[in-house]
Amino acid sequence: MSGGIDRTPSPRADVCIVGAGPAGALVAAALSSAGYDVVVLDAGPRFDPEDRNDRMERYLRPGIDAPVWDTDPERDAYTSSGDRYYPLNAARVKGIGGSTLHWQGMVMRLHEQDFALASATGMADDWPLDYDDLRPYYAAAEEELSVSGASDNPFAPPREQPHPLPAFPPSYSDSLFAEACEAVGLTTHSVPNARNSEPADGASACVGYGTCKPVCPSGAKYDATRHVDAAEANGARVVDRAPVQRLEHDADGDRVTAAVYATPDDTEHRQAAREFVVAAGGVETPRLLLLSESEAYPNGLANSSGLVGRYFMDHLFAGMGGTLDEPTRQKHVGFNTTESHQFYNRPDDSRTAIKLEFLNYAGPAPADIALTADSFGDELLAEIRDGYGRHIAMGALVEQLPRKENRIRLDPSRTDDHENPVPDVVWSLDDTTRRTIERANEIQRAVLAELGVDIGWTVGPENTGPAYHHMGTTRMGTDPAESVVDPQLRTHDLANLTLAGSSVFVTGGAMNPTLTIAALSLKAADHVEERL
Amino acid sequence: MELSRRDALAALSAAGVGSIAGCAAPTATGPDGGESAGGGRASETASVVGDHELETLVAVAEVVYPSAVSGVDDFVRTYTGGRVDGAGDYAAGVADAVAVLDDYATELYGGEYATRSREDRADALDYMSVDAVDPDPDGTDAQRVRHYVVNELLYALYTSPTGASLAGLENPPGHPGGTESYRTGPE
Repeated sequence: MSGGIDRTPSPRADVCIVGAGPAGALVAAALSSAGYDVVVLDAGPRFDPEDRNDRMERYLRPGIDAPVWDTDPERDAYTSSGDRYYPLNAARVKGIGGSTLHWQGMVMRLHEQDFALASATGMADDWPLDYDDLRPYYAAAEEELSVSGASDNPFAPPREQPHPLPAFPPSYSDSLFAEACEAVGLTTHSVPNARNSEPADGASACVGYGTCKPVCPSGAKYDATRHVDAAEANGARVVDRAPVQRLEHDADGDRVTAAVYATPDDTEHRQAAREFVVAAGGVETPRLLLLSESEAYPNGLANSSGLVGRYFMDHLFAGMGGTLDEPTRQKHVGFNTTESHQFYNRPDDSRTAIKLEFLNYAGPAPADIALTADSFGDELLAEIRDGYGRHIAMGALVEQLPRKENRIRLDPSRTDDHENPVPDVVWSLDDTTRRTIERANEIQRAVLAELGVDIGWTVGPENTGPAYHHMGTTRMGTDPAESVVDPQLRTHDLANLTLAGSSVFVTGGAMNPTLTIAALSLKAADHVEERL
Repeated sequence: MELSRRDALAALSAAGVGSIAGCAAPTATGPDGGESAGGGRASETASVVGDHELETLVAVAEVVYPSAVSGVDDFVRTYTGGRVDGAGDYAAGVADAVAVLDDYATELYGGEYATRSREDRADALDYMSVDAVDPDPDGTDAQRVRHYVVNELLYALYTSPTGASLAGLENPPGHPGGTESYRTGPE
């Protein structure tokens, strides 16, 4: 016991899940709903919803150094040794709810071409399943996340029913873009959001705090605590501040027998279970497997292929913005309402996927200017009026192809708060990705020029950064020599070990990954249930 | 443009005192034991943020707020009342920063900050370099004044609908102003 909370192992568990983010929470909710005894272990704390306004202030006010979601420099230590520095802690959250506490909440399905990229273009690899295999799980995931959306996207893959909630209508800023997009032949459409456009799941409709990323005080933005709550209501145990140190297996190396975890009182415990699901994201999932090396698995658990940690991918941001000679009405909300997937599918191997975004939050808000200004009174107001109100911008996510040299590995020279080697993110950009970022910039420049924008900034191949979508590090496949998990998300090596989340992606497309994470997690839960 | 009680409550929401909204009007207490700041720790807060501190905050607000806003006195008192009730550390920080301002004004002009003319009050901030430093609750005198007094007041104003509307934004980040305004064009 620590602080009145029982963190000792459950005497009998059907399923032990590592990670209480969206993947782990969805699996926990599904399996506990089916009547199984479920234990979820998470490295981070359980956050009090009452603190969300305080966390918002941390974000809005300079001078408050406390991280919004309590990133711990020792617990979350990492290194970055690739050509590109990777700021791993910029947007990940350890704790109950995981990084959905921080995310923006954009939820698109991958396109059909994403699952067969090699067949269509010769680039990268095909997934071992296709869109139709995942389609029912996408529909179920949209229900689970109460997605607000409209069926107005001519480029989207086929769907069977409307989104659970109506889409958020386009913004005034979107209306400014409309004519320019038409003039340059760019078709736009709505954005599916995991954000309540109407009250749902015990949460209100969005009330427009405008700080979605990194914190939604109202709870109208979906986060995985909803499914944690559901799992707990079904009888599941969700244990916070219980970082799993390693997984242990039986003598034959065929089955995982226990998750060994630490608790705040410096005690180690062993949670046994019939099935284990690791759902700790694209960095910590491979790290845990690598930390679980044994005689049977000297290179890391479930790593007979040698590919655990390999093929790390992210999406790259490409953007452009400037000012107009008229008000653009930015910063009322913190989410987008218009996108274009027109340049998503790849015509050949000349470029990867591009998802174009029209931002509703370009430029600074009045408080951003005021709190860092060196003037006061009327002079400050003049500065704010000059700095706010006429900004406008486009963004884009660009696909990065999987490459073996981009990887998560252990850095034995540095350890975390439990003396475990930290993750080392080895990350670089390839020429195809650079070309695609340039192409995204070309499209953005054409639209903004048509609109008459005085372009003030560009994020291109040289100053691009990651979107913090960690993918690909325990890839899925049918060949045990070329992949870590099979199409049922079970590791090739251990019969009762499932990996749920973005680490199993074969390619990443250019869609925000969480809806696909959710769909795959629901699929994984079905397969685990079949075995129980 | 008149700052309203609703603006102060909205600013409190952005400042992490969400539970205040909808409750009884939070009013800071005077040294003689007036109405408490929303109940709670009235006697505790009365000892560190009393009438003098509130008077000083209003005096600073009159300098750092634009001349276009009115109702500053009530706005600052309502906002601060909810704020000091919300966090003991904040109240202590405000009281400390006010004392710093008073010491500085006394040395410079021979009187406490709130007693000086508007011009003197503006000059005092300028001489202290409050305009030039980064806010830091644990920093130098000027940094603490910037954090606990100036930025607190600016944050309250420019995350309120009326304050941000001075620049054309009626639903600023931090304010739960709904999902209508983002769709409407400028007036």
